[in-house]
Amino acid sequence: MAEVIPNTKSLAVNPLKVSQPIGASLAFMGLSRTMPLEHGARGCTSFNKLFFMRHFDEPIPLQTTAMDMLTTVLGPDDNVVEALATIAEKNAPEVVGLITTGLSETQGADIPRTIKAFRAAYPQYDQMAVVPVNATDTMGCLESGFALAVEAIIAELVPDRWETVHRPWQVNVLASSMLTPGDLEALREWIELFGLSPIFLPDVADSLDGHLIPEGFSTLTYGGTSRDAIAAMGQSAATLVIGPSLNRAADLLKQRTGVPDHRFGGLMGLDDCDALTQTLADLSRRPVPPRLERQRTQLLDALVDCNFHFGDTPVAIAADSDLLGVFCRFLHGLGADVVSAVSSTPSPRLAGLPVAKVQVGDLEDLENAAAAHGAQLLITNSHGAEIARRLKVPLLRAGFPLYDIAGGHARAWIGYRGSRQTLFEMSNLLQSHRQEIKPHRSIFWDGTPRMAETGGVR
Amino acid sequence: MKPEDILALQNEPACAHNKKSKSGCARPQPGATQGGCCFDGARNALLPIADCAHIVHGPIGCAGSSWDNRGTRSSGADLYRIGMTTDLNEMDVIMGRGEKRLYRAIRQAVETKKPAAVFVYATCVPALHGDDIDMVCKTAAEKFGVPVVPVDGAGFYGNKNLGNRVAADVVYRHVIGSREPDPVPETARRPGIAVHDVNLIGEWNVGGEFWNVAPLFDELGLRILCTLSGDSRFREVQTMHRAEANMVVCSKAMLTVARRLNEDYATPFFEGSFYGVKDTSQAFRDFARLLNDPDLTARTEALVKREEARVEAALEPLRQQLRGKRVLIFTGGYKSWSIVSAMQDLGMVVVATGTEKSTEEDKARILDLMGPEARMISDNDQTELLRTFHETRADIMVAGDRYIYPTLKSRIPFLDIDHVRSIGYAGYAGMIELGHRLCSAIKSPIWDQVRKEAPWRPAA
Repeated sequence: MAEVIPNTKSLAVNPLKVSQPIGASLAFMGLSRTMPLEHGARGCTSFNKLFFMRHFDEPIPLQTTAMDMLTTVLGPDDNVVEALATIAEKNAPEVVGLITTGLSETQGADIPRTIKAFRAAYPQYDQMAVVPVNATDTMGCLESGFALAVEAIIAELVPDRWETVHRPWQVNVLASSMLTPGDLEALREWIELFGLSPIFLPDVADSLDGHLIPEGFSTLTYGGTSRDAIAAMGQSAATLVIGPSLNRAADLLKQRTGVPDHRFGGLMGLDDCDALTQTLADLSRRPVPPRLERQRTQLLDALVDCNFHFGDTPVAIAADSDLLGVFCRFLHGLGADVVSAVSSTPSPRLAGLPVAKVQVGDLEDLENAAAAHGAQLLITNSHGAEIARRLKVPLLRAGFPLYDIAGGHARAWIGYRGSRQTLFEMSNLLQSHRQEIKPHRSIFWDGTPRMAETGGVR
Repeated sequence: MKPEDILALQNEPACAHNKKSKSGCARPQPGATQGGCCFDGARNALLPIADCAHIVHGPIGCAGSSWDNRGTRSSGADLYRIGMTTDLNEMDVIMGRGEKRLYRAIRQAVETKKPAAVFVYATCVPALHGDDIDMVCKTAAEKFGVPVVPVDGAGFYGNKNLGNRVAADVVYRHVIGSREPDPVPETARRPGIAVHDVNLIGEWNVGGEFWNVAPLFDELGLRILCTLSGDSRFREVQTMHRAEANMVVCSKAMLTVARRLNEDYATPFFEGSFYGVKDTSQAFRDFARLLNDPDLTARTEALVKREEARVEAALEPLRQQLRGKRVLIFTGGYKSWSIVSAMQDLGMVVVATGTEKSTEEDKARILDLMGPEARMISDNDQTELLRTFHETRADIMVAGDRYIYPTLKSRIPFLDIDHVRSIGYAGYAGMIELGHRLCSAIKSPIWDQVRKEAPWRPAA
């Protein structure tokens, strides 16, 4: 059990936290022919779009209701209606995610009424789904915004009825924001190895994996889960929930469809991977494929080969709670000592992590704790690069945003193979930065060529 | 090298092997053996002389897969980390151009790397071919004005141990005694502390571990003229004959240097080790004893007391975790008895130890430490070793790098104690590091993970 230390600072220094609207927008980017629409000032969306562009190296579909001072005071409902109509006319998406921000929430936006007004004024766009999400950035973080959007998508697009038609080979996958496009690809292969067919909600791998299309450029998402597929989730044999941040969304899905679910904290490390493999074997009633057995033994091999690097090695991690949990448990299983675990926001799950303390805070908290405990490895997003430089320790980049490396989004962390690769990378980082015993230069070398070798520096 | 020269090298009066069966110099069995060759041993022994060019004269097989493969560290000069070989090709061999190529290779090394000296290591092909390496080195030294030392230790002469002896012999004949030590610098003179000159023979500074101990030498006023050969320089090796006392640190391999210094310069020597608290303290006491300086003796006792107290505080929590844990030691070149005593210091039970390269005297000391039930393993067969591990219900294997993967793949915790490691275990501080490493290896949670069956497989 971990002691969770609340954030008591007035000033957030080097923030770890990314806003809820960003997370909600990201979830919509995993839906096919979709446009996320942030209800706020133009600047909110501008920052968010650039954030995603730098992370994914992709043009990002993201629109804004462009609230200004006048509309904010007089009521910005017309902006929303106008924005929805414009997007419908210009881009003809299947889904618009209508995401509130701190500005519109504070102003007091009544989203349901606004959508009603839009429907009344523009019946020709009835086919376009509008999914509203309350995602103020005065609460939560990227991960929770993402989860709120998944919940809203279920509420809006999954029929509220227990289906009579069943597809025994079909499984739903609720995939938390900690999973990269590379992770989702690996997860799809994993599930398909058992002859099962997954519906991902959302599927950012299909849209944001980075692939060129014949049309070149699209103003909407490049791929993602279709509305039809989402509507058919009630016919699945089971739902796999990856990431505890999606528990509420999972509850809703189960309640609406009656499909039983299986929940996983993450898919990194032997036990996590075995749990999913076992579940897939049970669901499919198939033996574990030899290819997967082989990957498992490869992970075992890497565990014994790399064990030297991790025993009692101090490591500092900062991330949203799902990813933080995964890394804490993975490193705990390697015998490492997580000397600093920083979560962007509080979560009831933090107390269950296998570390002494979890600090709710920012990257300054990470830096101070890492320095105080002599951390030898940092794990956080690209903002950790400067901290790593100051502390002279290596950085493993994970989470959001990853803006100073190529292909960060494409990396697969999960599964037997992803875990092994992560293990190798952490080992290499630790090895290349290991502090050796400092040379001793004897007092008897003064004035001899021995001292000249180092320019007389002892 | 002629057969009689090789025989002469194998005769080491100061070595306990000399009188009894020479188990340390056993002939390998073709098809069922492992371990290095004479060239390997010769180069390993001299490579840590950091400011020299070390040229391997032979085809690429000798140096190509083995250059820069040691854990030895330098405090400054780093020429020894640069791999150099004549890379003999088919035409060199057929046309007899090996000597010319070597001569040019030495010139290139001298011109581009400015070495303090050049060591030239013979290998099997030029030895078979009949290159006159001595002559080439002599000519090159005269021509280029840099010492060029031939090391005639071709691989097929014998094992690694013989190579160590070749190296020791070469150093003694060509290098030691060719320069007088620098005067003791005024800045290093302290009132009331007499400065004594000493040598360490067979200390390799693996992972920089000697730096754990070196500051204490400074403190006591013991000036190390040379460490043969960890973090040493050519000009220091030259002055070794002026020491007042010598310590033979590692294997018996370099014993000949100490013995001959004793014969030619009447320098007393002792054999010791910096592994373990007791042995480290004993080494300092032995220096004081040989130097016969009552003031030094008193200061040594004070230093030992202080250091032991300091290390004790750090070791106690480690001991609590290690107490009763069973360790199997297979140490190769290291003095097994020293490692045994270090492990016992940590509260561990040593269930067996390798004695492949131990002398009769070493074995007696092991018996002394471990009791009459001591299990000694003289065979280096890995399967046998693993069987012993299980029979003795050991918790961890401590051995050289050759044994690491058979052990790990058998899902057994392992601690590497070879010369290629980069972690130092010597001295008081090294003992703490050793304790930490043992603890984390044994208690790593990965062992439970890798030993259990996959959940979909029924338990055996």
